[in-house]
Formats: sequence, structure tokens, C-alpha cells
Amino acid sequence: MAHVLFNIWRTTSTGGEFREYKTEITEGMVVLDAVHQIQAEQANDLAVRWNCKAGKCGSCSAEINGKPRLMCMTRMNDLPQDKPIVLQPMKAFPVIRDLVTDVSVNYRIKKRIKKFRPRTPDFPDGTWRIAQEDVDRVQEFRKCIECFLCQDVCHVLREHELHEKFAGPRHMVYTAALEMHPLDVEDRRHQLKHEGGIGFCNITKCCTNVCPEKITITDNAIIPLKERVADRYYDPLMRLFRFFMNKK
Amino acid sequence: MGHAALIHTYRKDLWWVRPLLVFIALSSFVVYATWAAFQGEYYAAGPYLSPFYSPELFGNSPHSWFGPKPMWWPAPLPFSPALLILWAPGGFRFTCYYYRGAYYKSFWADPPACAVSEPRKTYRGENSFPLILQNVHRYFLYLAVIFVFILLYDAWKAMWFTDALTGEKTFGIGVGTLVLTTNAVLLGIYTFSCHSFRHLVGGFKDKLSETPVRKKVYHCASCLNRRHMNWAWFSLFSVAFADIYVRLVSMGIWTDLRIL
Repeated sequence: MAHVLFNIWRTTSTGGEFREYKTEITEGMVVLDAVHQIQAEQANDLAVRWNCKAGKCGSCSAEINGKPRLMCMTRMNDLPQDKPIVLQPMKAFPVIRDLVTDVSVNYRIKKRIKKFRPRTPDFPDGTWRIAQEDVDRVQEFRKCIECFLCQDVCHVLREHELHEKFAGPRHMVYTAALEMHPLDVEDRRHQLKHEGGIGFCNITKCCTNVCPEKITITDNAIIPLKERVADRYYDPLMRLFRFFMNKK
Repeated sequence: MGHAALIHTYRKDLWWVRPLLVFIALSSFVVYATWAAFQGEYYAAGPYLSPFYSPELFGNSPHSWFGPKPMWWPAPLPFSPALLILWAPGGFRFTCYYYRGAYYKSFWADPPACAVSEPRKTYRGENSFPLILQNVHRYFLYLAVIFVFILLYDAWKAMWFTDALTGEKTFGIGVGTLVLTTNAVLLGIYTFSCHSFRHLVGGFKDKLSETPVRKKVYHCASCLNRRHMNWAWFSLFSVAFADIYVRLVSMGIWTDLRIL
């Protein structure tokens, strides 16, 4: 049984500070287990948001040794234990208390995205027929658990705090799921370019790297959307082609 | 959590290694390619033509399409066949989605690495001039596709050696043939794994099941696209090595071995 030192961010009346906690680690523990143990034994007032402990609810997002990760999916034996493990809340969002952040800005941004608008039903009974292979592409995006780690690691939001100008990776994935849906007829390119600020993304792929659901955010969602925006706004030949082909 | 350092992070891994390697590799390539482009000599050896100089629109080698340096070329300007064409593949790589992400990190520290702070406060990204011009990538793609076919033709020509006595061309394969063919194939894969190519062949459509051929091409492009970064690096090294190979053979430093 090893004892591991944690440096955990604690809010104070003047802001916050890192405090040291030493706890015993047993085989199979994840970071969230260690935090719960510290909470039970040493710091009853330590605030941490969690729910499923299975990497599916997206509640326990935090920064572990500087990297945005889910605490419940980060095994203790994957972390170097010769130095203190640094635990802090997500930097891109306002801290409510200790490791808990206010992520409500994401829900406000999501509400602004144009809703799903299906084409006229294919049959008189009001139903549609779609090929499985056509929805396969958007299935990947529906795996998102809204942990907002991608929003946290995105330097546009994290460093430059452009929440009002750039929707961020999570909402690009959400938009892609709607925009590429075979039934959807809505055109979100104007919204992507202006309110969504897709041009702010400079393709660092950090969002893809931190996604616990392994969604290929940059390559499969953001870049294809950037290309669709380019079709409409930056490619006169394509606009001409689409005009004559009478395509969306 | 405030900090005053220029670049700050709580990351404990070697996050700076990758951007540093990218910086060294890309800088070395740009310096070498610029030097090689300005040389204007030792770019052809027998049936081999350096990819930096292909197509040789005007020049002194037998590979030239339209003869020697044109009379209208302004005298004060340095002339090299490579300077006429290198802007196209150079532009394709400069505006490539993979390279953009890589050099924004390595050269601009924008950001230096994921979850590492930046040395500047303002940020405009690709939302305004000048980086909004990166959207021209697909036009460079059109040119890059043409270059791929030209380089494949060069690889074909590199299989036909002129007999010094009779002047007849005979089929053969030298190490240079393999180098140029490998390079053309890798450049082809890099080009066809491009995100813009993937979009243009089918990514723009929501219902690919309606067009089976398009669907197959899209899936093929997507398959290549998953390794776009790898193809970008492999083709970068191969194109530099192909130039070095032809240059050293042309200078007589290396001897081209005939396999067939």
C-alpha cells in the first residue's frame, strides 16, 4: 500500500490555494476514489461533482497534473507517484467551489444552435426512411457525454475566454450531428461562421486528444464543418457549381 | 491559480518535445528546400528529375517542357526552374489542416501544447486576415493533384534509361527509380488523404447511400485521412530525400545502382 501526496485546489475567501493531502492508495483505485477517501478522512468540506463513476455522466471533469481528464477514468497507477498529484478545477469555467465549476455557459450556447428540422415525411403516415450508412457518420457525435473537457482544453476558451465568440468543440460536435444528419434540411453555415465563430479554431486537435469517448472531434466534426463554411463563403467556384447543380 | 510566467502549465509530462521536434523538422525542410530551389543545377541525372524541379517548365535539362530560361525573365531576378513551380506544393502544405495545427503550436506557440498557457493575450485565429486566407487550401489541392500525376509520369520516365552507345531507350530500374516512385506514391497518398479532398468527394453530402461510387471514394479518402499526419511527414521526408538523391547522383557523389 503506497501513500500518495495530492495537491488539491481549495477555494478560500480570498480566491484559492493548493492544499496538500496524503492518502493511502490501493490497487485498482482511480483518482475519484482517492478524492472521496480524502473527503471522508481529511476534508469533509471538499467539493467535488460526480455521479456515475463509469465515465458516462461527464460530471467529474477536472485537471489532473495539468491535463483535463475525468477523475473516475484516471487510474492511480497510470500517474507518476513520486511527485505530488496536482488536482484542480477546469480552467475554462468559473469555479463554484474547490473542484466544482459552473459549466452553464455551455447550455446557453447549445440553446442558440438551430434545432433539428427534418424534411417533409417520405410517406403519408408521417414517417421517413433513412439508410443506416447515412446515419453512421453522425452516430459518433452522439457518443458525447458533455463532460466539457474539450471546451476546457480549447485554448480559444481556456486562454482567451472567447466564450461569446466561439461556440467551442462540444458545440461543433453538436452542430455536426445536426448538420450532417440525412433527414435534416436546416442550413447552419451562416450561424457557424458568425455566432459559432468556427474560424477561431486553429486545429490544434487538443479537443480530440482529451475526449473520453474518443470522438474524432477535429477531423470528423470541426474540419468538415469548416469545409462546408468554405463552400459557401470562400469558394466562388463551388458556389457556382452548387448553383447550377441546385444543391444545398 | 494565477501565475506570471510567460508560458505556464501544471503538466508534468514532456509536453515540449513534440512541438520542438516539429519545429526542428519543419525548419530544416524549409531551409533545405529553399536552398535547393535556388541552386538551379544538379537537379537532373539521366532519367531522374528532382521532385523540387518537376515539372521543369523552363530549364537546361532534357526534362524541360518549353526549352531553356525564357528571354522575358527579368535579368535582376534569380532564375531556377524550381522557383516557377514550388509555390504550388508549398502552398498546399502550408495551408494543410495538419500542418496548420502543427506549426501554430511549434512556431507561434498558439498554444505551445494542449493545456499550456500562451505568451500573448490577443487571438484572432483563422477568423480574420491574414489567416482567413487558409481557406484557399482546396485550390492548392486542385494543383497538388496535377502535381501527383506529373510526378507519377516522372517515375515512369525514370524507368527508361538511354543507352550511351546507341542512344536507344531501354526499360530498367535503378535505385533512383525506386526513390522517385516511392516519393510519387507517398505524395499521392498524402494528397488524397487531405481533408478538403475528403470533403469534395463526398463529405459535403448528407446522404452518401444515394451514390454508391461516391460513397466508396469517400470511405477510401476517410480511411487515408485517419493517418493524414503520418502521410504528411512520410511524404515530406521522401520529397527531400528524392531531391538529395538526384542531386548527389548528378554531382557524381553517389552512384545510382541498376537493379534491372
